[in-house]
Amino acid sequence: MELIVCIKRVPQTAEAEVKIDDSGKDIVKDRLTFDMNEADSYALEEAILLKEKFGGAITAVSLGTAEAEDTLRIALAKGADNAIRIKAEEFGELDGYKTAMIIKEAIKDLKFDAIFTGCMATDDSYYQVGPVLAETLGVPHATLVSKIELTDKKVHVNRELEGGLIEHLEMSLPAVFAVQTGINEPRYASLIAIRRAAAKEIKVLGKDDIASEPKLNSTLEELFVPPVGKRAEFLTGTADEVSARTAEIIKEKGLI
Amino acid sequence: MADILALVEHRQGTIRDITYELLTYGRKLTEKTGGKLTGVVLGHNTDRYTETLKKHAHRLVVVDHEVFKDFNAETYQVALVDIIKKENPFLTLIGNTAFGIDLCPALATKLDIPFTTDCIGVEIADTRVKLTRQLYDGKMDAHVRLSDSSSYMLTLRSGTCAAEEGSLAAEIQKIDAPVTNQPDYKKFIEYIEAAVGDVDITKADVLVGVGRGIKEQANLAMIEEFAKAMGGVVACSRPIVDANWLPKDRQVGSSGKTVKPKLYIAVGISGAFQHIAGMKSADTIIAINKDPNAPIFNEADYGIVDDLFKVVPALKNKIMEMKQ
Repeated sequence: MELIVCIKRVPQTAEAEVKIDDSGKDIVKDRLTFDMNEADSYALEEAILLKEKFGGAITAVSLGTAEAEDTLRIALAKGADNAIRIKAEEFGELDGYKTAMIIKEAIKDLKFDAIFTGCMATDDSYYQVGPVLAETLGVPHATLVSKIELTDKKVHVNRELEGGLIEHLEMSLPAVFAVQTGINEPRYASLIAIRRAAAKEIKVLGKDDIASEPKLNSTLEELFVPPVGKRAEFLTGTADEVSARTAEIIKEKGLI
Repeated sequence: MADILALVEHRQGTIRDITYELLTYGRKLTEKTGGKLTGVVLGHNTDRYTETLKKHAHRLVVVDHEVFKDFNAETYQVALVDIIKKENPFLTLIGNTAFGIDLCPALATKLDIPFTTDCIGVEIADTRVKLTRQLYDGKMDAHVRLSDSSSYMLTLRSGTCAAEEGSLAAEIQKIDAPVTNQPDYKKFIEYIEAAVGDVDITKADVLVGVGRGIKEQANLAMIEEFAKAMGGVVACSRPIVDANWLPKDRQVGSSGKTVKPKLYIAVGISGAFQHIAGMKSADTIIAINKDPNAPIFNEADYGIVDDLFKVVPALKNKIMEMKQ
């Protein structure tokens, strides 16, 4: 099977304090760590599992700056066979749509049975790359994918709906799957594999390799700190003092 | 005259709440633009839907066919491309739900109109559309402008606007289904209900919700002990289930369970909107998190900005003392 996985390198903001930079359009990134977008690591694992079962090769693609090559090397160490970086620095502002259209240009000569993306990226929260890519390539897609089972020529796909409900679809390949987190257990790359991946070649494509620059659907005008409505009453002091006060509150509510 | 189209979402024979939020939001936009609000219903045996929807829109465009009984982005897209081309609305509103996420990006790409996803605010000024979105795990908001066009599309996050009763009387226009079979390459088969586990978190009075902040599975024992001291049950946010540290039936949030306990203690949960959606109706919310800007503190009644590994054991001891 020929498999393609789209990967994005993103700042890890879930557990970090986030501040706006001087441009007003971006966040201060120098104190943040960067890693493979969470859903993308599940997408990569799903491709590796399919490759292990059915054979074939995986191409990992990332639209990113030079640092994205570190993330692509992690993908190579985990089980991808080829890697392509598209120089994000040559394309100016990006949104989910433009990202998908650029990736399409970069992969249009590759044969594929399935393309995997994360269902969304934690930095810009778009949910767009997978379904736009599918539409522009003329193949079906499924988003929020929580299970993929390949039998004969059919693929049984589960999508995660609201409230824990699952939608079961029957699809055929080629197709694009935008994968939800939790679908599998992403592996860690071994040190030997990481060392080996360091020597592998990463193909780098730029604007000149893309037929025409896709348009932008949306332009970011400004970032701002989310307005706070109701705000918690903050309990301050040592852990002991805070705990004593909290326990009192719980008691006042009649819950002890 | 900016006309608005809003897509009706239904599942297993019931109109989903997001529909009324979209219609309310669309109605308010048309009050400003002077346009008309049209609800689009794709479904089967749609009379049961249109009866309740009539009040909420100026018009309803209805396609009634068995093929639309259950959602399939492929068949829905065929019908919606026709409808949107014919109606040429200024703006099409779709819910940012499992349905809308699967539908909108490909549909707008097919129609070649500017769109974006997961909006929490919409402003229309002349022919331009300015949106509010959330970035970076909900820690930043952004104003985003859609590229100039005569027609736009977006998905709206649920909870952006409270649903209100309408007082309109929609004219209903039925049109023929442009597609009558699901394609072989993508067929809806069935819904699978969530598995039922040993603990029902929706029935507990006290829930201790645990998130990414606990760092390691081994630390769950500390949370279990704390919950036990409180006479409560451990629930969690999505990352804990993704990591397989707790079963799916403990997950609180839009893709998990909606809970309304008397007390919800959020431990190491930053407060992604999907999680908030599942626990905001708790009587009392206490949040413990080391990031003072974590969105959870906008929902909590009481906040503790500190290391959970110090606070949780101390609080457990205080509660044990109090019980003696």
